Amino acid sequence: MTDVPVPYRVVARRAETADTVTLCLEPVGAALDDFTPGQFAMVHCFGRGEIPVSVSSVQATGGLAHTIRSVGAVSAGLCAAQAGDVLGVRGPYGLGWELERARGRDVVVVAGGIGLAPLRPLILRALAEPATYGRVNVLIGARTPADLMSRKEIERWPTSYTGVTVDRPDQEWRGDVGLVTALLDRADFEPARASAFVCGPEPMIRATARDLVFRGVPAERIRVSLERNMRCATGHCGHCQLGPLLLCQTGPVVDWTAAEPLLSVREL
Amino acid sequence: MPPSIALRMNHALPAEHRDRLLRVAREAHFPQGTRLFEEGGHANRFWIIRDGIAALDLHVPGRRAPVVETLGVGDLVGWSWLYEPYVWQLGAETVTPVRAYEFDAVAVRLMCLDDPGFGRAVEHWVGRVLAHRLQAARTRLLDLYGPYSGGGAR
Repeated sequence: MTDVPVPYRVVARRAETADTVTLCLEPVGAALDDFTPGQFAMVHCFGRGEIPVSVSSVQATGGLAHTIRSVGAVSAGLCAAQAGDVLGVRGPYGLGWELERARGRDVVVVAGGIGLAPLRPLILRALAEPATYGRVNVLIGARTPADLMSRKEIERWPTSYTGVTVDRPDQEWRGDVGLVTALLDRADFEPARASAFVCGPEPMIRATARDLVFRGVPAERIRVSLERNMRCATGHCGHCQLGPLLLCQTGPVVDWTAAEPLLSVREL
Repeated sequence: MPPSIALRMNHALPAEHRDRLLRVAREAHFPQGTRLFEEGGHANRFWIIRDGIAALDLHVPGRRAPVVETLGVGDLVGWSWLYEPYVWQLGAETVTPVRAYEFDAVAVRLMCLDDPGFGRAVEHWVGRVLAHRLQAARTRLLDLYGPYSGGGAR
């Protein structure tokens, strides 16, 4: 891990939705240490600043992919990057999903909005090792059909169950409409021997984790990715503090047993 | 028990009332694309889905009725039959072939009048379903998946 940005070149740029792009990066010189799914990097747009972004793909070559939504000056600058541009990247930071803890169990992945991006490498890894993991379920909630990332890729995933629901359908949408938790009724897993991974807006995380616990998934086997303001990513500035946790180091992925009591405190 | 399962008739109604209700049910099968009811129509039936998916929609002049929610196995389709003026507030259409229990709403309302205990149980069940859907609709109003700039790692 380095705390100094290392140059990475944009080798491909894929528009995911109207405001979200995936940038594929290759190191210009030495690569950073290996990232695991769920970890994040601080991605630097020269002249603008840096933001934390989870990895949406990890390549054996040292290459990385980051999916970025344009919501501010830095993310807009990153989204505008083109093949050949050079960005600064530091990391890897934080704790990842730790998929290996789900060995021998059914896997339930619940993603809301752009929360699918950090879960994508976990899904691909679980699907690549069918002998290691049980039934893989992917449940996705999105604002509209146009906001759905990786739509074609999702259709090809050989899961036991893939469900997609939107809040606001368009004229062509023939799928589900409603909260992502409604899809849990149709998922194919045995709660007592399942592990779950949840990423999205915090109200969605809370509702999903509680529903999973109601169904019998042990709270310690529900991993959630929490969203806080990360600046230094090294545990010094305290911007990402959530109660006793510094999410850049002890997160962003944490067990529901640790997250639940903190998310119910209004002041945090 | 998660709310979606707790609200299913077989969990929400005591066995005695559930059995009584099921005695007046009939099996119904609908092909994909069947209109179950239209907004503004007389609410004289309701269904519990046993297999398949149905969509609730709202009439908007000049465009195809937008879907506001989809319902699946175990879900109650239709609540307007229980409350005056017994007029459908939404439309409903099957998204897939649907197998369901179908109920005559007038007969069930009469059963509720004849047996206050049964009536309270049915009203309590349907009221909980309504509250759950209201909460889901309010949550969606928050536009949780919309743009945000929290500064977290996404």
